[in-house]
Amino acid sequence: MAFIPSYWRETPQRYRYEGNKCIKCECKHDSKCDCETGQVFFPPRRTCCPWCDCTLEPCTIATTGKLLTYTIIVVPPTQFGDEAPYALGICEMDDGARLTAQIVDVPLDKLEIGMPVRIEFRKIQQDGHAGILMYGYKVVPNS
Amino acid sequence: MRDVAVIGIGIQKWGELWERSLRDLWVEAALNAINDAGVDHIDSMYVGCMSGGLFVGQEHLSSLLADYLGVCPVPATRVESACASGGMALRSGFIEVASGLSDIVLVSGVEKMTDVDGGGATYALATAADAEYEVYQGATFPGLYAMVARDYMHRYGLTREQLAQVAVKNHDNGVLNPHAQFPMKMSLETVMNSTMIADPLRLMDCSPITDGAAAAILCPLEMARDLSKNPPIKVSGMGAATDRIALHDRPDFCEFRATVKAAEAAYKMAGVGPDEIDFAEVHDCFTIAELCVIEALGFFARGTAGQATAAGETARDGKKPINTSGGLKSKGHPVGATGIGQIHELVTQLRGTAGERQVAGVKRGLAQNMGGSGGSTVCHILEVV
Amino acid sequence: MVGIVGYGAYIPRNRIKLETIAEVWGADAEAYKRGLMLYEKSVPSPDQDVITMTVEAARHAVKRAGIDPAEIGAVYVGSESHPYAVKPTGTLVAEALGATPSVHVADFEFACKAGSESMFVAMSHVKAGEMKYALGVGADTSQGAPGDALEYSASAGSAAFIMGAEQVVAECLHTYSFCTDTPDFWRREYQFYPQHAGRFTGEPAYFKHTYGCATRLMEMASMKPEDFAYCVFHQPNGKFPANAAKKLGFTKAQSETGWLSPWLGNTYSGASPMGLSAILDVAKPGDKILMVSYGSGSGSDGFVWQATERLPSVQKLAPQTRPQLDDNKVYLSYGQYAKYREKIKRAK
Repeated sequence: MAFIPSYWRETPQRYRYEGNKCIKCECKHDSKCDCETGQVFFPPRRTCCPWCDCTLEPCTIATTGKLLTYTIIVVPPTQFGDEAPYALGICEMDDGARLTAQIVDVPLDKLEIGMPVRIEFRKIQQDGHAGILMYGYKVVPNS
Repeated sequence: MRDVAVIGIGIQKWGELWERSLRDLWVEAALNAINDAGVDHIDSMYVGCMSGGLFVGQEHLSSLLADYLGVCPVPATRVESACASGGMALRSGFIEVASGLSDIVLVSGVEKMTDVDGGGATYALATAADAEYEVYQGATFPGLYAMVARDYMHRYGLTREQLAQVAVKNHDNGVLNPHAQFPMKMSLETVMNSTMIADPLRLMDCSPITDGAAAAILCPLEMARDLSKNPPIKVSGMGAATDRIALHDRPDFCEFRATVKAAEAAYKMAGVGPDEIDFAEVHDCFTIAELCVIEALGFFARGTAGQATAAGETARDGKKPINTSGGLKSKGHPVGATGIGQIHELVTQLRGTAGERQVAGVKRGLAQNMGGSGGSTVCHILEVV
Repeated sequence: MVGIVGYGAYIPRNRIKLETIAEVWGADAEAYKRGLMLYEKSVPSPDQDVITMTVEAARHAVKRAGIDPAEIGAVYVGSESHPYAVKPTGTLVAEALGATPSVHVADFEFACKAGSESMFVAMSHVKAGEMKYALGVGADTSQGAPGDALEYSASAGSAAFIMGAEQVVAECLHTYSFCTDTPDFWRREYQFYPQHAGRFTGEPAYFKHTYGCATRLMEMASMKPEDFAYCVFHQPNGKFPANAAKKLGFTKAQSETGWLSPWLGNTYSGASPMGLSAILDVAKPGDKILMVSYGSGSGSDGFVWQATERLPSVQKLAPQTRPQLDDNKVYLSYGQYAKYREKIKRAK
């Protein structure tokens, strides 16, 4: 079952990869949290921490990066049944933003930690044959 | 703050318990704990349950379970922190007794996971991850821990064999546990040749789907000997912590920071260090989790837990016995009940009543119960007084 | 000056060889290759459709145009395989580009010429001064019935064109459309696969409209085939556009750059637009390009484009069309193809 309002609400992140960035970190909470200037949040956050006067600005995350770790999902959740086995990885984009995404357009035996990747827009899920189609980001090798 | 003791424990044999419902399972464990302690009333109760709603379509467990135990109008609270729900229920009960608000508190955990099919269970468990940014993309729990395992192997040269040894060792222990869901030995070959679930994790790297409940009775240490004939087991240390919910937001995938912080707090409260812990029950939801956890607890240096496990250091006769109960792997993992199930094992060992799996001379044990991919953790240190 | 300010194409990596399909149906592969001049075709992955391919193609167009997508005043996607029967493709494309909410959107459908028509309408808005930029797209993930001749050609791809009046890379000198009612190819409501009228799709349909449009357009422009550096026609297979080019008096040198169908298949609404994108990737300032689409039902849209001085500076700003066609291909078995294209009957 698709949660249509929550899918729709995440549109800026799913379709346009929007996050935000701390352009001036003024956290008064010395050493108790990991705030730092330049930090990119994806999805965007309201605050680094409650004791911050940090300046957060909207940004679009970098669409190229590298693969930090990955797995090949052999036993998938029901809605991904037709796609298994599929590769899923954690990527660090060039601006430091991190995301979990499927890695597609690559033979499963060619996956490698550190490989360059870039975001492509893909269909992620569908609510059966009659419900809504759900889109977002996957990554492909950036060669 | 008053010192708190465990004076009663209750459980049943865990497994696919088709004949019994969530309320049946829980009431059975709760009655076992009450009878074990021999108390004639309780003042309050806590129930840890991850997802009554998704697994059996039932929320409001406080009322349901107090009702079916026959203890209304005793106040009851359901506690949720994914797979750490049981341990967090103990923490809540501990605080209530320590504060002086109540004297006799039942703490418990329950999960009835087999009323839904495999897809339903996978879905329910996945809600412990970031639904919008991990699960939406196709992540599963085995998948998240598989990414930890891949990173660990890449960085520390952990071998597939070393990883499999965790499962072999835990099944060796589970064989001796009458409550274990899968009390059978598991050869290295069986683990390494089992069905691939999320590369590099195979079926025998994963804890099973389990129905089960566990309960314990807490009271102030000073009243323990008056209330129960059981030797009081003191809860000497407690700590809980959180970490970023999404695995990708953690700087180091192999460092379970919530466990590090929870353990630090527990050690501090108990006034001991990792070397003074005789044995531990840890959250081996996947083989890789046990390795990362026993490093986070300070038992082994980073990157060495695989070798230590292969060398038998975590076996019952090793220098730091881990998961003498069989762990989540062999004993089973009814998610909300697991944290209290661990307490059941600590108390059993500390009372010296663990039978064939008894570790000789243990005085102090640690339980580490973890939610999600490490987003929440609670640690308790229990000791003989 | 009104014309294209940015363009982009997207081709999925999967391919299936004509032999692979012919083998399943006991067909003579060599005869098909000779008769249709088709060798392989692109196949979308299960996670690719007109929306995903168009978002990528349109992003390439935005990169080349170097514009703020919020200034795009209209998004028109022409396709006969819109992922939804009801709910626009264009709204999602506009949202993903960042063109919402001040944007006109409607999906176009006219068999294989929905793409060229969307380009025409987008350009007309700019010409009328209604808006600064407008996006026209031709894209399809067409289906041919298993065993039917269309199965050898129906493929997937998208080409997107941002029209504007400043920073133009290809000026539109003339347009013309030739349209009649001709039932050569159709798909009724609720039918999964289209049907066609066999050889009737040739002379009275494809060729009559293509020649009619090209001839009249060249008359209007007072131009002859030799005035063009390139030509591109609708490409339902390899043979039709090759014959059309030849009969109209174009040489192989003029037609081969935009002739993608032997290796791409028929991308339907995307066909001549994708051919145009491949030409724009290599054209030099001053080069004139004749483009004639064809859509069953039937009609042909014709355009005379002229590359500007700006074109060479944008050609490499985004992935080019030929390399997407030639590199990093993944060949599918018929079984994988049948699964990907939902041709296998399954339990509901």
